[in-house]
Amino acid sequence: MAEEVLVPAARRDAEPIRRAFGAGAAGWWGRAGAGLRGYRLIVGMWIRSTMAYRASFVLAVCGNAAITFLDFVAISIMFTHVDALGGFTLPETALLYGSASASLGLADLLLGSSERIGSRIRDGSLDTMLVRPVPVLAQVAADRFALRRVGRVVQGLAVLAWAVSRLEVEWTAAKVLLLPVMVVAGAAIFAAVLVAGAAFQFVAGDAAEVQNSFTYGGNTMLQYPPTVFAKELLRGVTFVVPLAFVNWLPALYVLGRPDPLGLPDWAAFASPAVALALFVPASLAWRAGLRSYRSTGS
Amino acid sequence: MGVDAGVDAGVDAGVDGGGPEVLIELHGVEKVFAVRRRAGLLRREKHQVRAVDGISFEVARGEVVGYIGPNGAGKSTTVKMLTGILTPSAGRLRVAGIDPARERMRLAHRIGVVFGQRTTLWWDLPLKDSYGLMRRLYRIPRARFAENLERCVDRLDLGPLLDVPVRQLSLGQRMRGDIAAALLHDPEVLYLDEPTIGLDVVSKAKVREFLRQLNAERGTTVLLTTHDLQDIEQLCGRVMVIDHGRLVYDGTPAGLHAAGAAGESERMLVLHLERELPAVCVEGARVVKVEGPRQWLAFPAGASAAPLVAQVAARYPLSDLSVREPDIEDVIARMYAGRG
Repeated sequence: MAEEVLVPAARRDAEPIRRAFGAGAAGWWGRAGAGLRGYRLIVGMWIRSTMAYRASFVLAVCGNAAITFLDFVAISIMFTHVDALGGFTLPETALLYGSASASLGLADLLLGSSERIGSRIRDGSLDTMLVRPVPVLAQVAADRFALRRVGRVVQGLAVLAWAVSRLEVEWTAAKVLLLPVMVVAGAAIFAAVLVAGAAFQFVAGDAAEVQNSFTYGGNTMLQYPPTVFAKELLRGVTFVVPLAFVNWLPALYVLGRPDPLGLPDWAAFASPAVALALFVPASLAWRAGLRSYRSTGS
Repeated sequence: MGVDAGVDAGVDAGVDGGGPEVLIELHGVEKVFAVRRRAGLLRREKHQVRAVDGISFEVARGEVVGYIGPNGAGKSTTVKMLTGILTPSAGRLRVAGIDPARERMRLAHRIGVVFGQRTTLWWDLPLKDSYGLMRRLYRIPRARFAENLERCVDRLDLGPLLDVPVRQLSLGQRMRGDIAAALLHDPEVLYLDEPTIGLDVVSKAKVREFLRQLNAERGTTVLLTTHDLQDIEQLCGRVMVIDHGRLVYDGTPAGLHAAGAAGESERMLVLHLERELPAVCVEGARVVKVEGPRQWLAFPAGASAAPLVAQVAARYPLSDLSVREPDIEDVIARMYAGRG
């Protein structure tokens, strides 16, 4: 008792840790449930309001898909001059392109709005979210939900489907299963990066740019075969910011190619675990960020 | 700091007859901000700002309390701590028995918040879509929602505005829309941060009348920060003055004037003469400031300005004039003067 009275500051510092780990699974699930429900409601409302202008929505989706598709046109043009890129054929590169694009598209569709949190912090409008009975992350992610971003997902999946139809691969059950797992786990990895990026904006105002280099920059990198990049870069995106698990490692397994870094086959199936592991630091960072907002004010 | 003075007698929801129930409770609450200042090229100095420096008070259910003070006194910081937006650095704070910082979401169901400077509505959506979303986020039963919405729409004249996106509303319309949004879930406490700032006279009157009815009929506890002395005089049974993070007055609005220098607040007649003149001399007012052709005359707030204007106009070359109502800063300044 006496000890507690003597060290109130230390107790306060321990509070976020106690809340993150010690609050009990029930509390965590309760918050997650409330977050999903709030997210669903807010997103539903934005979709309804978008659908009020159906024609403009269709145009926006088509425009979105067309612009992202130009990326792939650029890659195809490259292949009119060369037969292979880093030893990868066009359908093989298309597999990488389509999966990376679909993963980033999904993450961006579901959580992309969180990028705007920086301006909400600066103008203080985050305050209004803190007085609503919905977890702030859910509100931030659902804010102005833009269904038109589905364009990138559609385009990515289309390229992926084309690649699968052209690939000369012996399809096993594991390889077939790995395709959807790769897209979903890849999206989850990008989502964790988006959450961490949003958290970082509590500390640094321009953190959105840093985050973009990981999401959009990472996406551009993952669209090309890993064999065209330097080993140091590959190590960085495998072991430091594990973007290689978004699509490179699973895709290499599907294509029956060895990992340039010599990782074993099972690494191809590790993407979901990597995504889950990334969410731990990302959500801790988010909580720390939100807490720092709540103690510094605006 | 007790609730001895100015408890609104209108509603006494005393649960067990043992006096009014305490709804808001602060005990030695502090808020210290660490501010980083650039000192040199890379070096940054860190220093501390005490925005709220040990505040204690209680508010009983059904009170209407004005929370006033100069800019930067700590008003908004206190309200932010009471709503769970900010975490106090020290002290104990309870709203309806809930620690706001720890159970922000549970508290959200029991309080309503209106920020004068920013909206809690969804900027791009029609007002009624925002309300519909509120209903679902707060899990308000349909019948209750319909009833509350109808009352707000009726009394705040929101009918024609329901289909208008929030960004197209005028400030006064938006404020009314925001007040309605804060009340749909039947909060026990309503916080208003500068609810009448920037509003025209008609909108102000409408907002005040609505808040009065809300308190009288539903017993909603209201805590508002304001710069407008009329908000206090027309609405609040109790007023708290905060300055430099400390509570310097807690009592009735009438007592606030008594704590001031002259016992009664003064209005100001600002004269624009055609040329520079020595201080004018008129009955019932005294010149407090001369600045070029402009002169400031203080006169009792209860007196009419008309005879003064007539006197001045008859004897001096007057080009323009205006009357300034007493504001919070004046009252507080005079409070200090009266003390010293």
